[in-house]
Amino acid sequence: MANYRVNIWRQDQTEKQGRFEQYRVEDISEDMSFLEMLDVLNEKLISDDLVPVAFDHDCREGICGACGLVINGIPHGKECGTTTCQLYMRHFTADTEITIEPFRAQAFPLIKDLMVDRSSLDRVLQSGGYVSVHTGAAADANNVLIAKHKADDAFTAATCIGCGACVAVCRNASGMLFVAAKTSQLALLPQGQPERLERSLSMVKQMQDEGFGNCSNHYECEAACPKNIPASYIAQLNRDFLNASMTSKEYESQTHCKSLEE
Amino acid sequence: MPISLDSRIPDGDLADKWSNQQANFKLVSPNNKTKYKVIVIGSGLAGASAAATLAEQGYQVDCFSFNDSPRRAHSVAAQGGINAAKNYRNDGDSTYRLFYDTIKGGDFRSREANVYRLAEVSGQIIDHCVAQGIPFARDYAGYLDSRSFGGVQVSRTFYAKGQTGQQLLLGAYGALNRQIHLGKVRMFVRSEMLDVVVDKGVAQGIIVRNLVSGEVSRFNAHAVIIASGGYSNMFYLSTNALSSNVTATYRAYKQGALFANPAFTQIHPTCIPASGEHQSKLTLMSESLRNDGRIWVPAKQGDHRLPADIPHNERDYFLERRYPAFGNLVPRDIASRAVKQVCDKGLGVGPTGHGVYLDLADAIDSSGRDIIEERYGNLFEMYQRITSENPEKTPMRIYPAAHYTMGGLWVDYHLMSNIKGLFVIGEANFSDHGANRLGASALMQGLADGYFIVPSCVSHYLTEQKPQLVDTTSDSFNEIDQSVENRVADLLSIKGQHSADYFHRKLGQLMWDNCGMARSEKGLRKALDEIPKLSEQFWQQLKITGCGKELNFQLEKAGRVADFLEFSQLVCQDALHRSESCGGHFRQESQNAEGEALRNDDDFSYVAAWQFKSGKSNHQPEPATLHKEPLRHEAVAPDQRSYK
Ligand SMILES: Cc1cc2nc3c(=O)[nH]c(=O)nc-3n(C[C@H](O)[C@H](O)[C@H](O)COP(=O)(O)OP(=O)(O)OC[C@H]3O[C@@H](n4cnc5c(N)ncnc54)[C@H](O)[C@@H]3O)c2cc1C
Ligand code: FES
Repeated sequence: MANYRVNIWRQDQTEKQGRFEQYRVEDISEDMSFLEMLDVLNEKLISDDLVPVAFDHDCREGICGACGLVINGIPHGKECGTTTCQLYMRHFTADTEITIEPFRAQAFPLIKDLMVDRSSLDRVLQSGGYVSVHTGAAADANNVLIAKHKADDAFTAATCIGCGACVAVCRNASGMLFVAAKTSQLALLPQGQPERLERSLSMVKQMQDEGFGNCSNHYECEAACPKNIPASYIAQLNRDFLNASMTSKEYESQTHCKSLEE
Repeated sequence: MPISLDSRIPDGDLADKWSNQQANFKLVSPNNKTKYKVIVIGSGLAGASAAATLAEQGYQVDCFSFNDSPRRAHSVAAQGGINAAKNYRNDGDSTYRLFYDTIKGGDFRSREANVYRLAEVSGQIIDHCVAQGIPFARDYAGYLDSRSFGGVQVSRTFYAKGQTGQQLLLGAYGALNRQIHLGKVRMFVRSEMLDVVVDKGVAQGIIVRNLVSGEVSRFNAHAVIIASGGYSNMFYLSTNALSSNVTATYRAYKQGALFANPAFTQIHPTCIPASGEHQSKLTLMSESLRNDGRIWVPAKQGDHRLPADIPHNERDYFLERRYPAFGNLVPRDIASRAVKQVCDKGLGVGPTGHGVYLDLADAIDSSGRDIIEERYGNLFEMYQRITSENPEKTPMRIYPAAHYTMGGLWVDYHLMSNIKGLFVIGEANFSDHGANRLGASALMQGLADGYFIVPSCVSHYLTEQKPQLVDTTSDSFNEIDQSVENRVADLLSIKGQHSADYFHRKLGQLMWDNCGMARSEKGLRKALDEIPKLSEQFWQQLKITGCGKELNFQLEKAGRVADFLEFSQLVCQDALHRSESCGGHFRQESQNAEGEALRNDDDFSYVAAWQFKSGKSNHQPEPATLHKEPLRHEAVAPDQRSYK
């Protein structure tokens, strides 16, 4: 059993000012998950008549993408390929200090304490992150064959859980890895071809409109991604985007091509 | 209101019923569709697919989820796969066989017509999902791959590594996103439905609390679809996401919808055992592992050698021994009970003795490490992260955990509850899995309901509705809105000493001990005696800090626990009345000489549909009233289920 001092970002509402508060958590077993450690803290705060710390979480098995804390300066902590909920206390030395902050980005307004609003990511996908097929229109599933390596590659891109760690870690708060994961998944599959170029245009545009920054090729996103999604998908998106900008009439390609070169 | 339990099963041969029904469905003309509004509660597989499809057809849809994004619904966690009777393997699969396996797997406690329809549309689901760009596993020739799951002898489970639920949900979420973008769906996230508005037996809308602002508001519609998932979290520890709960269906039940077979809950055999008091959830290790993994315990009690040091002849591969025909692939209820039995005999492994080995060593030897890693790599990682043990070196330890609920709101063939205009789909309804669900069939059912079945049923219903909506300032809305506000205020005013979690844990333990894998009259009566006391304590000693007009997750949790406290009594009542064993419902009083579940078809071949009865206090209902829908087995004669 170990004890820790945790510094946690507390903020009542979006408009209010936030601050760090330090708490002591005691009797933490190494088999506890990081969020279970926070559960212990919250139980203690409630019994002391204080308001517990708000943070997002749900599946607690690394798949829903709801959890996301900056732990000692790193989104989801320093364990590679791990979401906050899958992080275990055995990785933290007893009696040390742990600093916990929300994912910060212009496109992620803070709601309360460690909770942020990531609906900007949803809106980026709404702008085109799908194949526009009506229910009932599909032919037999084996009519179109897909080479295994392509399907596997598309799957790797599709494992994005939409947590936003890539944005939180990026100095420009760019959403490029997030966007690229979706566009690449569909670009790798025959079903995604008809809308491929249009999709890359509309999603990048929406990303910019939401206040995400542009990619300047530092690839910290790849290191922070709890699902290890490779940054090479960004190159694929850039190619599609350039291609689309050159062929698209409606689109003022200049501004966006410029931003991609930065 | 008198209760009608007309299941509205269409005439004709089993194989023709759905096409006959479709031919008889009335249609709303395209330009009238925009005049109708449908509410969908939930954006998991069932809710998202229904909302998207209804919007594609032209209806206005309002969709609600307590999650911060539709993509995070609990469906995202499904691992192993989705069934479909494609017979791509030419291994003897067919619509009939999928139907038969599901009926038998459910221990003959489901409605034949619904199950047949499910099997019929299963193939279309795969077609649609592939068209959406879902990257299913493929073989080297580029065709879809499939694998076997428990309780069947064909290979009909389509999958995307161990993340099938995520991929299917992202597909449905994509379809939903497209409709949101087109302005056809209004999506309300971080919004919790706290009651249904019902007037004269007709659903008119819902009351919703915005979880960020705490504001309570009213929404009206011509039809309401509940797709709120299952209630396994009644056991506190389960494989479900932490916020999954029974509130949506329980509130509808309190408004008059019947709750069917609540005691039919599924305990999944292969989960990572709990490691201590702090445990907040249990993690499933996909059933697909049983394709290659062998389950065993040391043959002798007190054998504390490392697993690798125990020779094969000193191990008991108890599933293979007891069920030679299906071996490790017996259905979940049977596997879970067998695991419990060996652990109860003191043969369990691990620090708590609540565990058995799931061993992949033989599979790695015969198929090669690469193949096994390719199949289960992400599960191994997940296991290692949680336990810090590497399953490729030492066998996994697993133990059963609450996982899925076959019970749910009663629906007829149109997926409509006994309240007109209130439809229920996905895990929230009771219809297709009887007393035990087969692996990979929940995803199939959720998507069958959402994409292919409920849209035409809702459409048909709307042909009989006038376009005018009931005003949200009507008496019915006022009354229910007020009761929701009062309840929130009541919860906040208690000012006791214990958090909602404290009561939830206690309830979970009571339910697991007395209404879990093995149930007895004595245990169930004990639970029925203790839960009301716990509930009383809850209403006297609950403590919530903060207020109601802000984000307050303790308040959310407290409302859900309050509903679980009432609902679990209904579960025990159902379990007590059904003195037979069937599927996941194992009554100790009803077993054969070999310890297998003993059904009683003469007395219990019916759906138990319970009607709410209010009590003296708002929080303590009277025992519910039972209504029976007899089950007619025309295509498959029930026999004692055997997997030997
Ligand atoms: C770990 C795990 C693995 C599984 N693996 C498989 C598998 O391999 N194959 C298979 O077939 N099945 C599997 N299942 C079962 C399957 O995942 C579920 O049964 C299915 O996904 C349920 O889908 P649903 O759409 O009915 O509900 P859910 O996905 O649970 O969605 C419920 C939705 O309702 C919303 N909601 C609920 N209540 C309210 C309310 N009051 N107000 C507003 N919104 C509300 C939620 O926000 C959510 O959007 C698995 C289950 C678990 C737990
Ligand atoms: S809580 Fe779902 S990914 Fe962490």
